[in-house]
Amino acid sequence: MTLTLHKHIVNQVKLGEQTGINQGCLSLDAAALARTLQEQDHRLARIRVRLALPGEATRILCVKDVVQPRAKAVGTEPGTGVLCVLENVAIATCGPIVGFQEGIIDMSGPGAAYTPFSRLPLIVLEIDVHEPLDPHAHEEALREAGTRAAKFVAQSCLDSVPDQTEEVLWDEVPCAPSLPRIGYVYIVLSQGLLHDTYVLGRNAQEGLPISVDPRIVLDNGVLSGNCVSACDKNTTFHHQNNPVIAELLSGHGTRWNFTGVVITNEPTRLAEKQLSAAAAVEKIIQMKSSGVIISKEGFGNPDADLMMIVRDLEQAGIKTVAITDEFAGSDGASQSLADTTPEADALVSTGNANERVELPAMATTIGPLPDVSRLAGGYPHSLRDDGSMEVELQAIIGATNQLGYSHLSCREA
Amino acid sequence: MGLPTAHICSIVPISKTVGANRIIPSIAIPHPLGDPDKSPDEEKAIRRRLVEQALAALGTDISDQHVFDEPISSD
Amino acid sequence: MPEKIQTIHYVNQFFGGLGGEDQAGVAPQWYDGPKGPGQLIAGMAPDIEIIGTIVAGDNYMAENLDAAVAEIVGLIEAKRTVAADFKPKLLLAGPAFNAGRYGMACAAVCQAVQARLGIHAATALHEENPAVEIYRRPVTIVRASSDVMGMRDAATNMARVGLKLVAGAAIVPTEDNTISHGLRQNYFADAPGAQRAIDMLLRKVSGATPETEYAMPVFGRVPPAPAVKNMAQATLALVTSGGIVPRGNPDRIESANASKFGAYSLQGLDRLSGETHQSVHGGYDPTYANEDPNRVLPLDVMRDLEREGRIGKLSETYYATVGNATSVERAQRYGQNIAAELVNVGVQAVILTST
Repeated sequence: MTLTLHKHIVNQVKLGEQTGINQGCLSLDAAALARTLQEQDHRLARIRVRLALPGEATRILCVKDVVQPRAKAVGTEPGTGVLCVLENVAIATCGPIVGFQEGIIDMSGPGAAYTPFSRLPLIVLEIDVHEPLDPHAHEEALREAGTRAAKFVAQSCLDSVPDQTEEVLWDEVPCAPSLPRIGYVYIVLSQGLLHDTYVLGRNAQEGLPISVDPRIVLDNGVLSGNCVSACDKNTTFHHQNNPVIAELLSGHGTRWNFTGVVITNEPTRLAEKQLSAAAAVEKIIQMKSSGVIISKEGFGNPDADLMMIVRDLEQAGIKTVAITDEFAGSDGASQSLADTTPEADALVSTGNANERVELPAMATTIGPLPDVSRLAGGYPHSLRDDGSMEVELQAIIGATNQLGYSHLSCREA
Repeated sequence: MGLPTAHICSIVPISKTVGANRIIPSIAIPHPLGDPDKSPDEEKAIRRRLVEQALAALGTDISDQHVFDEPISSD
Repeated sequence: MPEKIQTIHYVNQFFGGLGGEDQAGVAPQWYDGPKGPGQLIAGMAPDIEIIGTIVAGDNYMAENLDAAVAEIVGLIEAKRTVAADFKPKLLLAGPAFNAGRYGMACAAVCQAVQARLGIHAATALHEENPAVEIYRRPVTIVRASSDVMGMRDAATNMARVGLKLVAGAAIVPTEDNTISHGLRQNYFADAPGAQRAIDMLLRKVSGATPETEYAMPVFGRVPPAPAVKNMAQATLALVTSGGIVPRGNPDRIESANASKFGAYSLQGLDRLSGETHQSVHGGYDPTYANEDPNRVLPLDVMRDLEREGRIGKLSETYYATVGNATSVERAQRYGQNIAAELVNVGVQAVILTST
């Protein structure tokens, strides 16, 4: 199986009469996009399409998901064929709060440093649904609107000549037996409303763990249906651009042998956690991996999933490195994790999500401003009359992403 | 002198890590003392069993952390 | 040429040149300019101007530390009021190596001047000095050898770290050879997390000891409380970290890292319902708890057991907070406060539920 990426590098985004890319300039017919989404889903009452550009004094609130435009140009089988990818642009969905977990993106100022999406031109869809709509349906409607919008935009570029063509190679690459065999355990959240992930179209609550070809993940194989919390939810964009997979593919055959990806979940029952962990470990053992990277999603009870997998792999003689964020309290004085195991002697920290940041008022806000105080990481007094606010990093989308997408880390001081 | 406390929780390893002494394994994170898949009567019976386990734990002298009973299956 | 940083140096009677144990009882005294190790610092750190040295006896300080430290703060304040050009920005204390009384005095003086006078401060101690455990959180402590053999390194580094503090630069214990405050602090690393993870794994697979970015934490333990002797007579209370509050969330408890707990009446209630109570916990799907809050806070069963005489009585107040990203330090404080209130109203045992 082969996967070819046709990459279009976007250097400008504008709203216009039609949708398509020309010389790096992406034009979007916002009315046509809104109409298409509403035709496909009658639950969507109103869609406002706006652009938010890097450096602008814009704050986007109650962000549900961020999605990169990717669409299949050739083929139907996941992970094969030709995939059209728009680089340097993303779709962000926002709107009235469904739960507590939606997040903030600031396009400039101190908050911008903590989210990777402040560096991309964003096509923001602010979506209201027809009330009453139960929260699960509300979440689904917005999730699907985001992925459909991404597809709509990417499909408009299928006939344009890509700026770069990239063959993604994996199991066809010959690997010397002397190379270390490195696998990846990809733990995703699977705990209900605003706490779910979709793997190959199925809710991650069932059917996991599975081992997959890493190219399936690049080909929209994993979609986010969760918002827990904004700082360490893996947005769909993060899944599409999974940095562990990207890194492991880049050194495959030269620095190591990338043995494969095991996607597993974080169930809500202890017995199921134990079953998932044991099955994930078994799959890694079958791949004859000598070392494994483990990424996690969420915090608290997912720490238990992570620690079980670390312990069982290390006891099976397989070296582990786990990527986790920390919840060390606002002053950094507390224990950072809810669960521990002595075998977890190699952790990469993606930052203390309890640390607070002062966000100044912005000229433009997109999304429902009064809902800020209800967001995880927000406080009743978060929003001041002048529009400024103090929040914990956990309210900022992608701030402490546990796939290791960003540079934020934490150390002893 | 402390108050004896029964910790009813789903993820026992976390309870052990953070230092609870009397631990009672429960059903699931979003519904530790219930099971929406069951009828209301069955659900309440499950809840009653868990609370009775907690009473038993509170009535038992222990010298170290202790998990009371096997996890209750709701199947 | 940039202005030198006005610095005050604190030493004990021995390093101040007054004498040994026979002079350990002397009260704090001010000397203009550097003395003893201060001369070494002045020689090695051209950006530092030691404007004065405070010398005090080890026993004088140890016997009534708070009052003695207040005396030193007073000395500095008095200098400030008489001389307009007296503008110290930094106080350096020691090095005190592994000397117990001296170390305690150095650390206490540092803590006091930074808190009360707004002057940056640093000391240098051996990691086993008893002052380290007591003062590491508030005070910047440079690592020193156990005895005076390491004077040169410790004094030089203390001066360098002190200048960094004045400049507002971040002190990194592993790079600056200081003793960590025991706090976690964010920073932007050179490489993204995924790349650091793979580098760490390759080192570990090759047999090297991994340099973890977060060492496993240790949690406190308490001895189990004695069992309830007679349950049929006992008063029990319900406590939850599952975020079950009266509908409308009257105390506005946060959905994550809750800044408070709530105490709520159960009087007249036979069970909870979705009309009376709700979950404000942001870390789990609240659908089931909102449908029937007894699934998290089992009031219905407790009332049955109360009626049947299995327990003496259910306390009419329950306590709730949100255990979602809530730091252990906060949770401990809530636990202690809730326990104190429960003991006050005669509760003998607690059922604590978590999601």
